[in-house]
Formats: sequence, C-alpha cells, structure tokens
Amino acid sequence: MTWLTIIIAGIITYFMRMTMVALVDRNLLGERVKAVLAYVPSAVFPAIIFPGIFINDYGTFIEMNDPKIFGAIVAILVGYFSRNVIATIISGLFSYWIIIFLL
Amino acid sequence: MLSKKQIFTKGILAVAPHMFSVIPFGIVCGAIGIELGFSPILVYAMSIIIFGGASQIVFLQLLSGGASALIAVTSVGVINSRHLLYGAVLSEYLEKLSFIKKLLISYLVVDQGFAESNKFFQKNKNETHLHYHLLGSGGTLWVCWQISTLAGIILGSFVPEELGLKFAVPLTFIAIVVQDIKKLDHVIVMITCGLSSLLFFDAPFKSYIIISPIIALFVAALVLRLKK
Repeated sequence: MTWLTIIIAGIITYFMRMTMVALVDRNLLGERVKAVLAYVPSAVFPAIIFPGIFINDYGTFIEMNDPKIFGAIVAILVGYFSRNVIATIISGLFSYWIIIFLL
Repeated sequence: MLSKKQIFTKGILAVAPHMFSVIPFGIVCGAIGIELGFSPILVYAMSIIIFGGASQIVFLQLLSGGASALIAVTSVGVINSRHLLYGAVLSEYLEKLSFIKKLLISYLVVDQGFAESNKFFQKNKNETHLHYHLLGSGGTLWVCWQISTLAGIILGSFVPEELGLKFAVPLTFIAIVVQDIKKLDHVIVMITCGLSSLLFFDAPFKSYIIISPIIALFVAALVLRLKK
C-alpha cells in the first residue's frame, strides 16, 4: 500500500515537472505573462527560505534571539559581498553552530 | 558558440557548490525515513521515484503520523506544484527539443538545478545546446541526492540532530537569490513571498509553498505595471 502511494506521488511530481515543459505551447503565453515569469526565482525561493529560518521543527515561530536568524544574516552579508555559494552556506552554518555550541 | 561538453560541464560546475547543502539535507532525509520506522528500500526508492527532498520528508512524516494515503499524495502534489512555474520559465529555452527529450529532461529538474541553469540561460540565450546545462546541473544533483540519501539511510541515528543540518536548505536558497537584493522590484517580490509563506504556513497540505509564490507573482505583475 505504501509502495503504491509512493508511486502515485512520484507520477504526480513528474507531471508537475513535465507539464509546462512538454505539453504547453510557449506561444500561448503572452508577453506580459513572460515578463512576470522572470520573477519566478524571487517569487518562489523565499517560501523555502523564510519558513526554514523562522519556523522550527514543531511548526511554531522561533524566538527573535534564535541563532538561525543570526546565521541567516551572516549568510546574506557573506553571500552578497563574496558572490560565492560555498562561502554563503558555510558562513551561515558555522555562525549558527558557534552560537549553539560555544555561547 | 560553446560545445555540448562545455555547456554540460558548466552545468555541473554551477550546481557543485550547492552540494554543501544538498548532501547534508540528503543525509538528514534518509536518516529521518529510517527513524520513522520505514524500510530502507522504501526510503531509498523515494529518492528515485519522487526525487524531491522536502516532499519526501513530508510524505513519510504524514504516513508515520497516521495520515491517509490521499492526504500524503495530495501534500506531495501541492509541494511540488511549484515545478509548474519552473517549467513555464524553462519552456522558452527547451522549446526546440523533441517531445521525447522534453519528457526525459523534465525528470531532472529540481530547485537548485532550475535556479542555476535559468541564470545561465538568461545570459546565453543564443547558444544552441542550452539543455546540456540542465542535464549537467540536474544530473549532478540527481547523483548526489541518491548517494546522500543512501548515506543517511545507512548512518541513520549516527547523524546528530543537534547539528541542525536542515538549516543548510534556506542557506543554499539565500545564496541563489542574494544578488537580486540590489533590485528593488525583486526585493518587493521576495518580501511578499516570504511574509506570505509565514502567514499561510498552517494552510492545509503545505499549500503555503504555492500560495505565496502566486501572491508574489501578482505583486510582480503590479510592479511591472507601475514601472511602465
């Protein structure tokens, strides 16, 4: 039963990936829609970033002094100035660890 | 004009830095599945069949919490519906591929691969073998996801929860969008999305993950109109 559920979930996920690429004709989209689509990364990724920082594993809001907020600020600053993905991730993780393990 | 191999390599190199977040997250994902009491084969099979980090964790958590199969499947569908947006963006660059190739390449599209390949596509619109970038980025992420979830399944409870490795996920996406905070229009869209995601976090089936982008895209349309 669980196997069947996984396979159905997989098929649905695949259809989400495939539909717009393979089944929808790009020319159906007007110029205005295409202009709006340029914002997709900025419109989608914060929905992963914000809950990943501000909401804990139990689905509740974190305190404002939570180390994840500090880690995220460090990552934003390092990322902005270094333009380096590895530096962004590592600086964020390390600053987070420093606070939870050393302070 | 770049060769297929050059573009493929660029795709691999573009996502390679994200391994610092994908690998820890994959390990956590595998470990959680085992911790929740599912069989190793089942947990691993999801990495091939679903191939989507967050949705795999949610799926197993729901099932182990006693939710019905219908709720678990619906949640996976809702979480991964953001791929409709990625597909709409990518379709412009994959237009010329044959139908079969479109069907095959779609399987490899995940968040980081979409983000990095889309950046490359925007700057290199005139290249002929654009899709090789997506093959490089998506293929690399696929291989790393398989290895890391497998490692998590084997390591299981050896992965200390205190490390908070899941925090690597928001960090990798910060790295993707951080250069756009120079642009006011993008900042408005990002903040709209971020605040909406917190506001709608408790909406059923994790639908905040698609509700907030839709709200943010409406705001983007408004911003575009004001800019004119």
